[in-house]
Formats: sequence, structure tokens, C-alpha cells
Amino acid sequence: MNESSFVPAGTRGLVLREGLLWEKGKPGRSAMSIPESGVPSASLPDDLAGPGPDWPNLSEQEVARHYTRLSTWNFGLDTGMYPLGSCTMKYNPKINEILAALPGFARAHPLLPDEAVQGELRLMHALEEYLAEITGLAAASLQPGAGAHGELCGMLMIAAYHRNAGSGRTKILIPDTSHGTNPASAAMCGFEEVKIPLGPGGYMEAATVRSLLTDEVAGLMVTNPNTLGLFESDLADVISLVHDRGGLVYADGANLNAIMGYADLGRIGVDVVHINTHKTLSTPHGGGGPGAGPVVVSRTLAPYLPGPRVVKNENGYGWNHDLPLSIGRIHGFYGQFRVLVRAYAYILSLGPELKKASALAVLNANYIKESLKDLYELPFDRPCMHECVFTDGRQKAVGVNTLDIAKRLIDLGFHPPTIYFPLVVNGAIMIEPTESESREELDAFIAAMRQVAREAEENPDLLLQAPTATKVRRLDEVSAARHPLLTGDMLY
Amino acid sequence: MRYLPHTTEDIEDMLQAVGARELDDLFAAIPPACRRQTPLLLPPPLTEWELTSHLEELAAQGGGDWRVFLGAGSQEHHIPALVPYLAGRSEFLTSYTPYQPEMSQGTLQAVFEFQTLISRLVGLEVTNASMYDGATALAEAALMAMRIVRRVTLVVSSLIHPHWREVLATYLAPRRDVNLVVLPAAADGRTDLSSLDSMPASCAPAAMLIQSPNIFGVFENLPASAKAIHTAGGLLISSFTEPFALGLSKTPGSLGADIVCGEAQSLGLPQGFGGPTLGLMSCAREYMRQIPGRLVGRTTDLEGNQAFVLTLSTREQHIRRSKAVSNICSNAGHCALTAGIFMAAIGGDGFRKMARVNLDRAEYLKAGLIRAGFAPLFSAPTFNEFVLKAPAGFAAVHRRLCRKRILAGFPLASWYPDLPELKDAWLFGVTETRTKADIDALLREVT
Repeated sequence: MNESSFVPAGTRGLVLREGLLWEKGKPGRSAMSIPESGVPSASLPDDLAGPGPDWPNLSEQEVARHYTRLSTWNFGLDTGMYPLGSCTMKYNPKINEILAALPGFARAHPLLPDEAVQGELRLMHALEEYLAEITGLAAASLQPGAGAHGELCGMLMIAAYHRNAGSGRTKILIPDTSHGTNPASAAMCGFEEVKIPLGPGGYMEAATVRSLLTDEVAGLMVTNPNTLGLFESDLADVISLVHDRGGLVYADGANLNAIMGYADLGRIGVDVVHINTHKTLSTPHGGGGPGAGPVVVSRTLAPYLPGPRVVKNENGYGWNHDLPLSIGRIHGFYGQFRVLVRAYAYILSLGPELKKASALAVLNANYIKESLKDLYELPFDRPCMHECVFTDGRQKAVGVNTLDIAKRLIDLGFHPPTIYFPLVVNGAIMIEPTESESREELDAFIAAMRQVAREAEENPDLLLQAPTATKVRRLDEVSAARHPLLTGDMLY
Repeated sequence: MRYLPHTTEDIEDMLQAVGARELDDLFAAIPPACRRQTPLLLPPPLTEWELTSHLEELAAQGGGDWRVFLGAGSQEHHIPALVPYLAGRSEFLTSYTPYQPEMSQGTLQAVFEFQTLISRLVGLEVTNASMYDGATALAEAALMAMRIVRRVTLVVSSLIHPHWREVLATYLAPRRDVNLVVLPAAADGRTDLSSLDSMPASCAPAAMLIQSPNIFGVFENLPASAKAIHTAGGLLISSFTEPFALGLSKTPGSLGADIVCGEAQSLGLPQGFGGPTLGLMSCAREYMRQIPGRLVGRTTDLEGNQAFVLTLSTREQHIRRSKAVSNICSNAGHCALTAGIFMAAIGGDGFRKMARVNLDRAEYLKAGLIRAGFAPLFSAPTFNEFVLKAPAGFAAVHRRLCRKRILAGFPLASWYPDLPELKDAWLFGVTETRTKADIDALLREVT
């Protein structure tokens, strides 16, 4: 794209005001038909009876307008490019929403007898096999409710493995590039974090890991590619070292979208990996979940998977509850089933072409990296995987920082990249375009980033004041935290 | 492939721009020892139409068309068409966590409203943006109470949903310091609190965990529970699997609960074979800095306009890492949005009326079954679930009904094999989705 011809997508538009729910409606209205009970009336004893919640009463149209107006204040992946690093905001196929809502799935009670839910069980069984194939590992459980829950599940399994072996290992090695969920998940299992400092090449070095390994180390948590978008070059050696000292290896699958069909986690020696279906497998994130965080494990950890486990038997499919080493249940039922339907549909839509999705995700990230590195500082100038990390190093000189760059991108019609993460890079700008973005869209994003770099030099106020085109301007986040108002009824 | 926009020409041009000859060259950084040696062994890609046929075939073998007389943590309620329609707007559905508040005010205001309406439902000041489900909310509530009180004994009612207690046990397994004291059932179907009085002072509890209505459908005595645990210096964690019970009953907050957690699938979410659902977590204001999960707060922008933002994030993993109050990140945000739309649609008046329909129809089935030879086991009041002792031969009737795709209750002995009084005890549930005609038909079958 010729830079001078760049016309940003961000423009003006009519934004409607909309009050809070309880400022609308009046008693006597309802947006839902309530059936007559048609049977004798019953009541609760006085000591239990209460007035019911003080919720507003709205008409159907009032509800429709309220939420439609709210939705227009939101930016989604269907609105525009969402290159949020480490979040893999790839296209969410529409057919998958329809399939997940099929009444056969949506209306199924989880305690129906096995013969009633053969469709659900067959889907789950096949999905577990596909996830094992994609990762190169032995067995899977679909129970964890989101990525961090999968991490917790993985660490509980590692803890159970060591308990079963009678060893009281207390430490977990975690690279300092990791997501915050890694040390938090380890801490929930009573493990103490030992940080692995980043090597000069942008990856952890085997020699560093060797120096940190002791017999107290229960395992390693590693994100690969790491959060700099770089493949952990020493990983095979690192894992051998950990295994030789009796530790196990948990892989954070947040960045799996980079390596499907290219890397083999089984060969690498991973013992457990979680998969964020709302990243790699295209299920919508919904502004904060529900995700699903299936875990896939090596033969070593398979006996520790959560239960019950779906099995194929002489009658078709059923549940196996006889799992003596299992960590037990980690979800009220079997996991985020209707999210898993979408993930299953996505895998079947691409099949072996999942490998191509990874290849194009990596191509898109490298294309952005090459197109911006003359204007933005690139702390590790190596071929990247699915994301690239820049900094505000050059812009800082003119008094503009990463936050200002991000906010200016909003005015130009893009969701900003992930900012100030990973923590090991000052002023990080972490860009993950995913394979879903076309070359034209990438070119428009690149042009926008270049325009912002130019504006930083020529008219930094444009960045410092941004965003100006949104429903609201920059927020007073300090007051929000100092004087929390978490409901409409809370006063200060 | 319809989800991959790159033409052959795009790929060639872009490869040239990044200095690579072919796509596989981009993966040169993967050491040979880490490489996959075989192609992905997956079925060939399906067209949208083939995919739809395949999933429709699976769904046809699914359980969605059963007539179910059971709740037990998953409730069938009517969902107005409005609710999934609005929640499905892609500005909501395809957004990420609202890290950039200026372009996420829709999600943020909707979650703020959700927090407010749930706080009003349970009678506690603070509600978070959701947990994965009710079971994990309960486990997190237990961890939260132990942090607040700085004690490691938990008093757990045996009448909390068995799956939820299993999840709690899973979360606590690595915690060798934690003591669990299990409270048995009393004769009236409530939790027996008497052992609390005789607990030695040395096992000072952090919290009592209770569910109301409990797994027998029975309303617990929350004021007595609160008094007992507060006297011992601990917190009361009250949970529920059926929020509609709160349409007719006093709030757990007003009865002394310090933390309330629950499963809110009833509020506009399909049962979906158990997920995704909606975990709730609320607490008294003094504990808000210990609550896990996202919180949306009200503030202003630099022009003084009302605006909403994620707040108190110093509790959370992305800031505090190993010192965070929980590892939770993505939660059930879209389910919370959906529940918010449902609460707005049904309204306070509608919620009370619908709760009444649930109670009436459940009592109608209960009375009918008793006339048909079932025996009441517990005297304490229930809402839309209850337990009866079945007459001889009911198991065969149950199996016969299964062949007609009717689920007539759940045998509690499979969850409580050690309680002889629950031999032949069946748990039933009835919501507004079971009409008088449905109930009469069931009663004819069992009579």
C-alpha cells in the first residue's frame, strides 16, 4: 500500500447515549411471558419468604434497544483487526455458533443416562483424539473451563504425580517471559516459583536452567513459542535436563497457533499442555470467556487426568469413573461442552490445513515485523513465529509512549496490540495478527502504525490526546481503584 | 479454505517481503529434535454443508429432546428468544477482555449492570464479573475465606452438590495443611450443625460451606449456620445451584452469609450438557480486595463522562503473578452478559412470578407422587427440587420411562452409598418448563 493513500477506517459516527438498566422501565412491564402455574398455589414459610430481587421491569423493546446501543460502544473482531498479542484473535466462524446451539446439544441435561447422550460423548471422544494428534501427545481431558484452569489442572496433575511418587518437591521453574497465570497457577498448587532469566537471544538457555535445577524442582512451565514470539531454541535440551532430575514439563499452549503441524510436543518431551480453544481453535472470546482449556498429556501423566473420562465401550460411549490416580473433578460437569462443539467444528473445517493456518499466522507476523522495524525498536531482531514484539524506545525521545501509540491506533480504527507485556521488555508492543487477516488488512494496519510513528514526531499531541473518536476518552483508572464503585448501589 | 484469505500471489509477495522462499522456511527456528515428522492425521476438511450434516447427525444422537424431571445443578428454564439474539451480537461475542476501555464500554457497562443485579439478588455489596461455573466458584470461595481469616480448617456440609465437593477436594489436594470437617445430614433434610458446638477450639474454622436449597432441594437454616460459624470466628459461604429460589426467599446476604457463590445457568443459559455455565461470586464489601476474578468499576473519563473500567487489578495474576489471589483470567464473561440480558428481560416482577410457578408445580408433583405411594423423607421446606422414598418397583418404572425419553428423577443412593436412609430415595426437579399436562402424564405412568 502506498502510505500517502492510507485512509484510516476510524471515522465519526452517531453514538447514542444509554443510561443504566435500572434507570429504565417501570413496574408493570415485562419482556418475558410468564406462564400461569395452572396448579394449586403453594408458598414458603414466613421465616424463609423474601421479597425477591429489586430488578427493573422493562418491555421487550426497551431491553433490545439497551443492549443494541451498548453493543455499538464495543469493538469486536468482526468490527476490525484485533492484533492483541498472545490472545490469537482469529476469525470466529458463524456456522459454529449455529452448530453449538443445535437443540440436541443445547438442551441436554448432563445427568442423562449414557445411551441418551451418545452424540455428545462421541463428539468429546473424537475431539480428545484430534487434540492428541495435533499436539503429538497421548491423551486428553476436556474438563478445564479456560486456559488458566487448564494450567491449574496441569499443575495439579504434576503435584499429584510427585505425591504419588512420595517426593515432596516444592519448586517450579518458570521463565520470566511467562504469562502471569503460570506463577499464579503454580502458587495455587503450593509450588514456589523459581524464575529463569531470559537469555540474550530472546530464549531461555539450557545452561541457565541447569544451574537452577535441584532435586526440589517438581517441573518446568514453559510457553513455546515464548511471549516474545520466538521458538525456545534450547527447549529439547532443557526438557532433557528437567526430566533427568525427575521433574515434569508443563507447556502453556497459549501460543499453539504458531506451530500446528510443525512442532511435535510429544517428541519435545512435554508432559502436559493446555489448549485455549478461544485462541487456537477459533471459539469466540465473548469479552471475557467462556473459554475452554482442554489438557493433553504424555503417557506418564495420563493416569492423573481429571475424571470422569469419556471412553468407548461395547455399548458405544460412556463415562469411566474408575480412575484411582486421577486428580478428580475440576468442573461441575464435563467442561464447557458447547464451546468444545465449536472447537470440534473448527478442526473438522480445516483438517490437515491447520498446518497452513499456522504457516500463514507466522507469515503475517513476520510481514508486519519486516514492515515496521525501520520505525519501531525491535528488541530481538530474529525471524518470529506468530507474533512480534516492538517497543516505544524510539518514540520515548519525543515524549510519547506505548500507551499513547495504542490509544492513537484506536482512533484509526484498530484494536491496539497487547501493551507492556511481556514484562521483560520495556514498553512492549506485542502484535499478533493471526492468519485470518488478509494482506490488504495487514497493509492498512502497517500504514496506520507508520502514520502513528510519523505523528509522534510531527504532532505528538494527536497521540497524547487519543482516543478522541470513541464513546469515552481516557479514563480515570486511579480513582476507579482508589474509590471502587463496583455496583450501581455502592456509594463512597 | 474459507477462513484463510491468502491467495497464492499474496503468499509469494509476502514471502519475498520477509526474505523467505517458501512457507516452511519460516519455521527454520524449530530445531530438528522438536519437529513433527508426520503430517497431521486428521479427517479431510469439510465444507460448511458437510460439517452441518455431521453435527446434526451427532445432535440427533444427543439428549436434547428428553423430558427431564431433574435439576441437580443443571436447570431447564424458558429462555426468551431476545436473550441469545442480543447476546449473539458480534460486537459482544467477538471481543476480548476489555483491556482497552474506550472501545469496550458496551461489555463494561453490561458487566457492571450484571454485578449490580446479582448483588441485589444475593444481598451482598460486591459481585465479580463471573467464575467458570458454580463448582469452581465454591472452591475459590473456600480459598478466599482461608486467606481472609488466616485459618486452614473448612467446615463443609455434606449436602452441597457432590460434584462441587469433588471439585473443592481437587483444588485442595496439594494443600496438606487444610483440614476438612464434614457436616452430616439431619433428619429434616438440613445440614446437622450440632457437631460445630463440640468442635475443639484448636480446629478454629476459616469458613462453613453450605448450599441452600441443598442437594435434597431443602432450604438450609442460614441464620443458625451464620451464628454457629461466626461464633467460631469463621465466615459463612453460602452457595446455590438454583437462583430462582431467591425469587421467593430471603437473600443469603441478609441471613448472614459473608461470601455467596452459585451456579446461574438458570438465568438465560442453555443446559448444554453441563457447560458453559455461569459461576457467581459475591462478598461483603470488606472482603472485596480478596475476591478473585475481574471487577468492573464506575469512573469518569477526562471530560467527566461516566465510564466503566476493569479495576482493583492488583489482586490479579497479570499484575501480581505468584502473589495473586487467584490464577483466573478468562472467566464466563459472555455468560454473565447473557444472564444480565435475561435478568433485564424477566424483570423483578417476572422473576418472582416465575419462581412461584416453579414452587407451585414442584409441590403439585410432590403431592401427586405421595398419593401414588412415594413417602416424604424430609420435613424441611423445598423449592423446585425434592427427595422422596420410592415405592417398591419404581426402578423398573424409571427404566421404562427412559425408553420413552423421560427422566423421572435421580437415585440419590448413587451419590450417598453410605447413607442407608437414602436407599430408594429419588431426587426430583420441576421447573416452569414442565406443564401440568407433563406432570399429570408422569403421575399416570408411576401410579
